[in-house]
Amino acid sequence: MSRLRPLSKPRPPASQPATLSEVHADRAVDAAAVAFVLAHLDAEKPLLWIQDRLSRKETGRPCLAGLPRPFRILHVDVSRPVDVLWAMEEGLRCRALGGVLGEVWGDPQALDFTATKRLALRSEAQNVPAWLIRRAAQAGLSAARDRWRLRSLPALRHPDDARAPGDPMWRAERFRSRWDKTGTWVARLEEGALRLDLGMESQSLPAAQALS
Amino acid sequence: MSAGFPKDISEQRLEQVVRTLTEGLSTPAPDWVPNPAKSPGGRRILSLWLPRFAMERWLITAARHGDAPPDDLPLVLAVDKPQGAQVHATSRAAERAGVQIGARVVDMRALCPQLRVDYADLPGDRAALHQLMLWLRRWSPWSAVDGADGIFLDTTGCDHLFGGEAAMLTDIEGRLSCLGLSSCAAIAPTIGAAWALARYGGVRPVCADADLSATIAPLPVRALRIRAETALLLNRLGLKTIGELSAVPRLSLARRFARTPLADNPLMRLDQMMGRLAEPLEAPDDPPRFCVDARLPEPVQDPADWLPELAAQLCADLEAAGLGARRLTVTVFRTDGLVSSITVAVSLPSRDARHLVRLFEGKLDQIDPGYGFDLITLAAPVVEKMDRTQHRLDGKVEDGTELAELVDRLSAKFGRSAILRPAPVARHIPERAEAWRPALAGEPPVAPLIALRPLRMLDHPEEVRVLYAVPEGPPAQFVWRRQVHRVSRFAGPERIAPEWWADRPGTRLRDYYRVEDQHGLRLWIYREGVIGDGRGNEPRWFLHGMFP
Repeated sequence: MSRLRPLSKPRPPASQPATLSEVHADRAVDAAAVAFVLAHLDAEKPLLWIQDRLSRKETGRPCLAGLPRPFRILHVDVSRPVDVLWAMEEGLRCRALGGVLGEVWGDPQALDFTATKRLALRSEAQNVPAWLIRRAAQAGLSAARDRWRLRSLPALRHPDDARAPGDPMWRAERFRSRWDKTGTWVARLEEGALRLDLGMESQSLPAAQALS
Repeated sequence: MSAGFPKDISEQRLEQVVRTLTEGLSTPAPDWVPNPAKSPGGRRILSLWLPRFAMERWLITAARHGDAPPDDLPLVLAVDKPQGAQVHATSRAAERAGVQIGARVVDMRALCPQLRVDYADLPGDRAALHQLMLWLRRWSPWSAVDGADGIFLDTTGCDHLFGGEAAMLTDIEGRLSCLGLSSCAAIAPTIGAAWALARYGGVRPVCADADLSATIAPLPVRALRIRAETALLLNRLGLKTIGELSAVPRLSLARRFARTPLADNPLMRLDQMMGRLAEPLEAPDDPPRFCVDARLPEPVQDPADWLPELAAQLCADLEAAGLGARRLTVTVFRTDGLVSSITVAVSLPSRDARHLVRLFEGKLDQIDPGYGFDLITLAAPVVEKMDRTQHRLDGKVEDGTELAELVDRLSAKFGRSAILRPAPVARHIPERAEAWRPALAGEPPVAPLIALRPLRMLDHPEEVRVLYAVPEGPPAQFVWRRQVHRVSRFAGPERIAPEWWADRPGTRLRDYYRVEDQHGLRLWIYREGVIGDGRGNEPRWFLHGMFP
């Protein structure tokens, strides 16, 4: 218990410079990566959400009623990963957006260092955050400023029902970062805001006791 | 017709049109004979009645979608009224079965149990009738909509172009029946007489100036365009026909209906019908057309260099008219006699030339130039009203336009159906609770959030194979996509019954569970049906979504 200490509160969105970040989902069907990205985004402005065909077929579409906050979604359905990159670049020209979220399946040729660099530079120039969710992918060369790896953990204890899963928890590993520290955190939502706790050892977590 | 009639200007214009049309004709059409019944200065009004317009329009649309019902199926269109759904239009089969317009749908169902009911689209009917009115200007440039099922045309001086008035009526009815619309048409010197003859006057009546009073005398008083109550009152007074009404002294009629407004006043309606009271025909203007072209001295292969200038011209025209383009078409006319065109759509009306040109980027390659083309036109076939907006002082554009331009660019590149916005729908089956609509159609309302819904939902639920079932709750172990998931915790069930009014009979209910597997993956699975519901065998399990 004593080793559990909050490392850092998530910075408020205003102070955080917008940039390109990449999130690798450990298991393709895990929705943790999506929830983690949505926790970083601003729901006041519309969100451009681009999926390629494989991501859509394998992991489904976003469900409107199940979103953590009422996002205004502009959803783009494309078939090829290169079109995801084109649409993301096009979206990053528009300052009215609260964020651009692209989902790419696998390791396409088009998603190389140059493509990510273009996205990162444009995102920083326009101050629109860009997030790339990658599934079934190798963490190869990328110009994303922050690179995360996300995985679901067993949920917290449900306050009313011992048999039911409660609030979700995720293991968030920042394996590369341009400005910040790398490390592994336990992430969860606390009143809608993301909270990162240091200490990956699951024994040190309150959730561990809830597991039967 | 008197000289001071307010439609003088229209007639001048009309005769001008007719003069220009007939300039090239040295001899009139072969079957044309001068109409002796027509006095030189008289007005000729054509009234067209479309008795089944709403139903026939519905049938045409259904046939276009390939699901036209058989002719012998009784079909009605209904409108919602405070007393319940009311019959608005009937098909011929329904009419034969005794279904009456204006009756309640439930009563008519009792009369005719196999009755099929659909809802009438009144705004759509109005718009279609307006379009049809514009289409009828091929016979006369002066036309107007009359109520919900009629159209007036001022055909003064137009009939000889179509071989006389009787031939023109046959032509109009024939062409309309080719479209699938049944119609009754009549020509008379006044609007009132034409209206009456189209509805009560038999087959394609043509009434000359001289025998106007004789022709309309036997028509019933309903033909005066008065309300049914007033017509009933006149009938009770013993006045059945217009002839009997006109025989009554003016003074007593005027005294009896002194306070009745024009639309319901038999005397004034009679005066209008006889041409004693002026009744102008208010024809709306033609919709403006926006089209600019570039004629080139030499054939070229690529229209890209001419587009910015054409777009600037078009936008100047649009700005002068206070309109913005919703759709743009580039058409190139090739030297070898072929035409090809490209169309782009815009989500908000726009007259920003730079933005409109950008929408054609990458699309101009689809034009097959052949040996080159020497005429390029840029047209805005669909325009909308667009107010002038002031930009902010710091030079930034409002958020709405920037977002709309993004939608336009993405739609131009990937197609209209690829850029979608989810909109909430008040239905409780999860996959039907949201509709994905094209973003070009506008912004939907914000959805209420439900804590029990997953973050991701599969387009089609995937069946899972149960390894180890337990009597209560979800299976203890199941296989999905060749992975074994062992359920460690679960919440539920949430029972969602089928929508019996929309689903096929025999659709089973769903019991949804939120389950967490041994690795912490949280999934949304459901059992379709319960044992012993009499709707099939053993219930099956499906996976429908993922929770974060």
